[in-house]
Amino acid sequence: MLPLLLFAAASAMAVPPGEQPVDPYSQSDANAGAAPFAGQGMWQAFHEQAGVNRIVDGFVDRNVADPVIGEIFRGQDIVRLRRTLKEQFCYILNGGCAYSGRTMKEAHKNLGVQMKDMNVLVVNLQRAMAAENVPFFAQNRFLAMLAPMKKDVVVR
Amino acid sequence: MSLRRSCVLALLGGLALAAAPAAARQEMRAGGKLVLTNGVSSVDGAAGGGLATWALIGGNETKDGIGGSAHVTYVPLADYSLASYGAAIGIMDRVELSYTRQVFDTHKVGTALGLGKGFTFDQDVFGTKIRLFGDAVYDQASWLPQVSIGAQYKHANRGAIIHAVGGAHDSGTDFYVSATKILLARSLVLDGTVRATKANQFGLLGFGGDRHDRYSAQFEGSAALLLTRKLAVGGELRTKPDNLGFAREDAAWDAFTAYAMTQNLSVTAAYVDLGSIATVKGQRGAFLSLQASF
Repeated sequence: MLPLLLFAAASAMAVPPGEQPVDPYSQSDANAGAAPFAGQGMWQAFHEQAGVNRIVDGFVDRNVADPVIGEIFRGQDIVRLRRTLKEQFCYILNGGCAYSGRTMKEAHKNLGVQMKDMNVLVVNLQRAMAAENVPFFAQNRFLAMLAPMKKDVVVR
Repeated sequence: MSLRRSCVLALLGGLALAAAPAAARQEMRAGGKLVLTNGVSSVDGAAGGGLATWALIGGNETKDGIGGSAHVTYVPLADYSLASYGAAIGIMDRVELSYTRQVFDTHKVGTALGLGKGFTFDQDVFGTKIRLFGDAVYDQASWLPQVSIGAQYKHANRGAIIHAVGGAHDSGTDFYVSATKILLARSLVLDGTVRATKANQFGLLGFGGDRHDRYSAQFEGSAALLLTRKLAVGGELRTKPDNLGFAREDAAWDAFTAYAMTQNLSVTAAYVDLGSIATVKGQRGAFLSLQASF
């Protein structure tokens, strides 16, 4: 009985390679904070999974190196951030992924993000999307879907 | 003048006091607005398009700071020219205080009107604007626009001539309510503003006149398409009262391009049609404006 319980506990908190453990939470696509687009147009505009991977990596790299908001990412689990962002973008762009991350509110609650930080982050995302040659109008459709997350991200 | 200045200082002082307790947990930050989301400097000095005042608050500050802007604008028309320069302060993306001086040059028409070549009509415009509710940028899940109200006290410097041509007053105050919405999923910026005003030719020819001397509701509308992060193109319409018997006054419109060269510097170039001014028809030309903001 004891080995079975231990096995169950370990699998519930399975930590993907290279990531740090997080406190348990209930997983749901609803945690992504936005509903997926209809159809395949947006997924194709972002060049599908390979494009989303490049955009998220470019976005995270820019944020980590950013003179204004880089500090917020220090000490954070960047491996996990890249994985959950790729899932989240893929889910919202209707690329067929499931989102396994936390809610935006839960993920940002202790970060002390201010309005200026959020705007800097938006510009970094715009630059990452531009580097992937995502058409500007498609970029804006995506940003419009993400914009309401501001209320959960900007905490002071 | 000194009374007005002390009122502005008192208002600023009051805001600083109100902000003090919040500063403990709410770190003050300089700048931080997304480019172009503070609009450009309108002809009346408030943040807006070229002709229209918008609900956006000037300056690059967010709710955690104080920002500002300065502008120079030149509008060469068929027979006249209009120049304006001024500055605005944005406080916590909530309150905007602005001052602009307009200089309307009659060039050769001045001679024909017996005023003298290059005779100018000048005007000071003191503006205040308060954002009531809404966030034009981030409220993308609802149709609710950003809504602001404001007032502009205007004083024209040619009282004697204004009275001689039938103008009732050389100063006046406009009151307006403005709604601005960025429809990001459509890359569109829309604005509608209703202004209660008596102003003749923006106030340069005074306020009220021999035909009417009462406030009327006038409309300012703008629509712009975002082409890149730094570039927007669009058009505007602004209706105006028609208070003076000696000269018909037309609605004004423009077609503009606004470009953010850097985070702190934007340029607006437009084709503008101000219609008939003081009996001289067809006053069309360019609208060129440079704005620095922080």
